[in-house]
Amino acid sequence: MSLRKPAKNQPENFEFNPSSLEAAKKIVDKYPKGKQQSAVMALLYIAQKQNNNWIPLAAMKHIAKFLKMPYIKVYEVATFYSMYNLSPVGKYFIQVCTTTPCMIRGANKIVEACKEKISENESELSNDKSCSWMEVECLGACVNAPMMQINDDYYEDLDKEKTLKILDKILSGEKPIPGSYRGRINNEPENNRKTLMDLKNA
Amino acid sequence: MLKDQDRIFQNLYNDLGPDLISSQKRGDWVNTKDITGKGRDWIINEIKDSQLRGRGGAGFPTGLKWSFAPKEVGSRPHYLVINGDESEPGTCKDRDILRFEPHKLIEGCLIASFAIQAHVCYIYIRGEYFIDGQKLQAAIDEAYEKKLLGKNAAGTGWDLDVYIHYGAGAYICGEETALLESIEGKKGQPRLKPPFPALIGLYGCPTIINNVETIAVIPTILRRGGKWFSSLGREKNTGTKIFCISGNVNNPCNVEEEMNIPLKELIEVHAGGVIGGWENLQAVIPGGSSMPLIPKEKCETLTMDFDSLMAEKSGLGTAGVVVINKDQDIIKCMARIARFYKHESCGQCTPCREGSGWMWRMLERMAKGEASKDEIEMLGDVTKQIEGHTICAFGEGSSWPVQGLLRHFKDEIKKRNKFDPIVKEKKNIPYLVDQHLLDKNA
Repeated sequence: MSLRKPAKNQPENFEFNPSSLEAAKKIVDKYPKGKQQSAVMALLYIAQKQNNNWIPLAAMKHIAKFLKMPYIKVYEVATFYSMYNLSPVGKYFIQVCTTTPCMIRGANKIVEACKEKISENESELSNDKSCSWMEVECLGACVNAPMMQINDDYYEDLDKEKTLKILDKILSGEKPIPGSYRGRINNEPENNRKTLMDLKNA
Repeated sequence: MLKDQDRIFQNLYNDLGPDLISSQKRGDWVNTKDITGKGRDWIINEIKDSQLRGRGGAGFPTGLKWSFAPKEVGSRPHYLVINGDESEPGTCKDRDILRFEPHKLIEGCLIASFAIQAHVCYIYIRGEYFIDGQKLQAAIDEAYEKKLLGKNAAGTGWDLDVYIHYGAGAYICGEETALLESIEGKKGQPRLKPPFPALIGLYGCPTIINNVETIAVIPTILRRGGKWFSSLGREKNTGTKIFCISGNVNNPCNVEEEMNIPLKELIEVHAGGVIGGWENLQAVIPGGSSMPLIPKEKCETLTMDFDSLMAEKSGLGTAGVVVINKDQDIIKCMARIARFYKHESCGQCTPCREGSGWMWRMLERMAKGEASKDEIEMLGDVTKQIEGHTICAFGEGSSWPVQGLLRHFKDEIKKRNKFDPIVKEKKNIPYLVDQHLLDKNA
């Protein structure tokens, strides 16, 4: 079990802005009448997006009222799932996969690169407060190992040098192109494809 | 090697495009109406004939699972839930289906919903796959627009709504009842079974839960016939499967192959061989991190299907093949997997919550050579105490890889850890008994 604690400095108030409110109403409609509690996970995402990528306690209270469910149930959900950030993270939130399939292909080099470029410790903001990084468990792109996720995008087939370049770009405010950084297409075996060749050449 | 025309996922590498028109050219949505026109009994029988086994890890026969749904819809509606919470280390097959073959999945949802009489289908996707989920959402929107979903979907006379529900980074939500809890807006902690979800599932209603890959192969099986599917592979282990080959190979890749393919062929032909040559192979994890590893000697002749791997005391699981060569420290690799399980345990059952961390700490020490000799037996004891004593299969999933390590690499651990036991006397005290309860004179 991972230990997850809410941040010490909490804002007093939180309310959905109009666009969040509209998105939230749409999501509640996906579930049967009276089962609006199902929407809590999606609503926490919306709150997180609205509030610079983290969820304050006030947002949980707001969601509890919005869905007519007890506050503690929202709190339970927010602290159970690891993708809800309970304390501020960088605008660019970098998650490095270090589980075995990535580890044996050198994920520790990516961690090194993050330590050099962003901050010595994980979950710590960089000097310009724009980035933070974190080691996470399997992100489900094992064939493209080692890899990392920056906000929603996957950056695959990395090594230390390429990671440094990506991080440089991010620190200078650009958005690097997601996908494989060894020039291969998706999950095909590079230079060694034996299947569906007709389609490849088509 | 499997013939190209027998591959179900023609667009596995996105040569053709995932949009509706390209998918229709590949044969999706062509005669959905004719398939449902043959009736639900025909569909379920055809799936039973094909001997399709669930692709999510447990390998439960899909046709049988569907037949557990109540025959008549009572006061409670039926639900179909698709499990796309792919989080098993070594596995990344569902992601490719979500982003490149979404229409196979959506059409499968329609046919499966028709067969089990569900009007609502939830697709649960792990939160990290947000971009891939958006691609699926685009495909769903496209299908709604072309009247392939919604009222009278694809002219079948069946109404179906498909919704995506995103997870938020909890491995345990891949367990079917935890997944239901998660959709209901609770912590993802598994439920006790029975009652099984087929009778009491989502919102207390009859629910069938299938993996993404299972549902995505359904339309092709019904078009080409259960006989065609069962002619591939071998008895009870039929059809094709997407294998994900990762780790120390020259060309890590996803590839769709026939069941029962030799492991060596998978690694040498498709993945371009082990880094440093076949001789440099140390061990292979055959089916995602929760399956016990298999040492090199056995990899020579091993074939990849549910039953032959079971005979080797391992399992096909999700078919995520992780190749580990001799440059890696095998104990460290397993310690990292144990750390994964420690992190992902939901905390509901004590043996798993406490045991997974215990195993991790012991393995970390063993990797550094700081453990005492007797701890090796103790580690085995702990795995046995977790296995079978938890609500869900996570207990097995976390203890099997450690058991695999002990089964095949005990000598390696012994060689590295030579400290004498801390308690030298009273050697016959069982470790897992509270010491203060023992009679001091015994």
